Amino acid sequence: MSTIEQSKDHNIDFNAMPDLKGHFGQFGGRFVSETLIHALDDLSEMYESLKNTEGFRKAFDHDMTHYVGRPSPLYFAERWTQKIGGAQLYLKREDLNHTGSHKVNNTIGQALLAKHSGKRRVIAETGAGQHGVATATIAARLGLECVVYMGAEDVKRQALNVYRMKLLGATVVPVESGSKTLKDAMNEAMRDWVTNVDDTFYIIGTVAGPHPYPKLVRDFQSIIGREARSQCLAQTGRLPDALVACVGGGSNAIGLFHPFLSDKNVKMYGVEAGGDGVETGRHAAPLTEGIPGVLHGNRTYLMEDENGQIIETHSVSAGLDYPGVGPEHAWLKDIGRVQYAPINDDEAMAGFRSLTRVEGIMPALESSHAIAYAEQLAVQMNKDDIIIVNLSGRGDKDILTVAEIDGIKV
Amino acid sequence: MNRITATLERLKSENRKALVTYLVNGDPVPDVTLPAMHAMVEGGADIIEVGVPFSDPMAEGPTIQRAHERALVHGISLKGTMELVAQFRQTNQHTPIVLMGYANPVVRMGYAEFAKQACAAGVDGLLTVDLPPEESADLDKELQAVNIHNIFLIAPTTSSARIAHVTANASGFIYYVSLKGVTGAANIDVESVAEKVDAIRATTGLSVMVGFGIKDGSSAKAASHNADGAVVGSALVSLMAEGDAAVITKRVGECVAEIRQGLDA
Repeated sequence: MSTIEQSKDHNIDFNAMPDLKGHFGQFGGRFVSETLIHALDDLSEMYESLKNTEGFRKAFDHDMTHYVGRPSPLYFAERWTQKIGGAQLYLKREDLNHTGSHKVNNTIGQALLAKHSGKRRVIAETGAGQHGVATATIAARLGLECVVYMGAEDVKRQALNVYRMKLLGATVVPVESGSKTLKDAMNEAMRDWVTNVDDTFYIIGTVAGPHPYPKLVRDFQSIIGREARSQCLAQTGRLPDALVACVGGGSNAIGLFHPFLSDKNVKMYGVEAGGDGVETGRHAAPLTEGIPGVLHGNRTYLMEDENGQIIETHSVSAGLDYPGVGPEHAWLKDIGRVQYAPINDDEAMAGFRSLTRVEGIMPALESSHAIAYAEQLAVQMNKDDIIIVNLSGRGDKDILTVAEIDGIKV
Repeated sequence: MNRITATLERLKSENRKALVTYLVNGDPVPDVTLPAMHAMVEGGADIIEVGVPFSDPMAEGPTIQRAHERALVHGISLKGTMELVAQFRQTNQHTPIVLMGYANPVVRMGYAEFAKQACAAGVDGLLTVDLPPEESADLDKELQAVNIHNIFLIAPTTSSARIAHVTANASGFIYYVSLKGVTGAANIDVESVAEKVDAIRATTGLSVMVGFGIKDGSSAKAASHNADGAVVGSALVSLMAEGDAAVITKRVGECVAEIRQGLDA
């Protein structure tokens, strides 16, 4: 576990990031082909002009309350805490949202923008299928045409979510190029967008991609941290000592972390997919082992070879199987405000089983990485310390994967 | 003088359109690329764009995606492309070479190192699909120091205010992307292309090349009627997939000659 000191810089205005061109320090920006610049300018302009209007805020809050079912509970996991025998463990229950994960917070926000833009077609990329399902859901509700790009490998390992999307009326396009996972789905979604930019709104599912996506996805997901902060104050009378969340692209983590960034005593831990172990090279932990580069419209930490070719990643969880990470995380790592560490596949599986058996809560394999890390962290902290773990999604979608690992045919 | 500038000035004085041809280094196997480049020149190409293979070629349609994948199987990357250009220069000192690709391999090499190696190899221009002018300042500085042109794209969606901004930052020539889409997409709308080319011309004295969706001599001629030249990519890359080096080279040379004829007709 990392022992690096947390940031000593107390003067950063985290809400002022990114700058007008979308930069978080050296990260972020807008590295896209010329055809998309106009659409990104339009999106920035529309978002900035709408986001603080009463109408937009009301519409977002209304959907969060009545459609998603927010606020999601902040739940004190008493038995889990006793079992681990360290700090008090609280779960932010994003798994209880409609569609089963935090992803819906963002798709509702972007769908409001899509509606305002008048575009009748939405597209999305998806890894585990959670963002695809959340997009298909909101498209069904608004009567929009929906196309979801998904790596052919992920289509296989997330068959349940593929079928959910189809039931919701979306077209799921398996992507056969490259490594056939999330990064290739994003390439294909970009190609669709560049071709159909006039009538298509691209709903990016994470805090990555060209500006303004990392910013607006963060803003929509920050509802997680705002709620958690006030719930923690209400339930315990104080702020938590540590926050833990898994990081693929990093949207659930940034959503939890962002409203706490100025709270100097709240430590934050982003948990990457260690796969078979970072020492094997078979992992998806760019913040742990990567190097700054340019992919999918932004500068960030990437997993690449010595020639700058993006390399294939590995994780038991499709949603973390991505060679890059949101640029704000890259920046938060470099300034030392957030610590990032890997959790391996087998540790995540143990976390999955642990929470399932002790609390009766089945976490997504993505969230299981945060669960496993929290167990390691809790025993190093005092018993009256408080840790909030973001339980970003529920594990139902993963039971076939878990069964296969157990050698069981369902 | 930079070879691109010299070539485009000569073509203008001869009142001829420029033919820019594209291939991916290492596609389908490394041995084919050098003879194919020479065959392009013999067929009448004025400028050659050499695609630098990348794992995630986001702006490419299926034809050129496959080409990148075929080349990557052989481990061909940016360094190998520098070596290719150096080899080409052993027998051809006059045909301009533009490297076309994506930002990350150049970022990984380092902008200063890239400029140094590209200059030494005999590269004349760089076109980085995902590096618009806003993100190019650091690279520009390094390229200018070694007299390599940084070539920018303008698209059908580029606003008139932005056209002026892009052309003010550009050098070498302007590459007008004739359609909204990926490389090798459907047929282009010649009329709207001509309109946009006029708008570009109003802001710059640089030559304007039209590319994306040009398949043969007649479409090259139609697309470039008020531009300075045409870029042909996917149509040539589609000839690369099958056959041995001699067969591919012959096929490519003939195709370029046909386009040249159409462009000059």
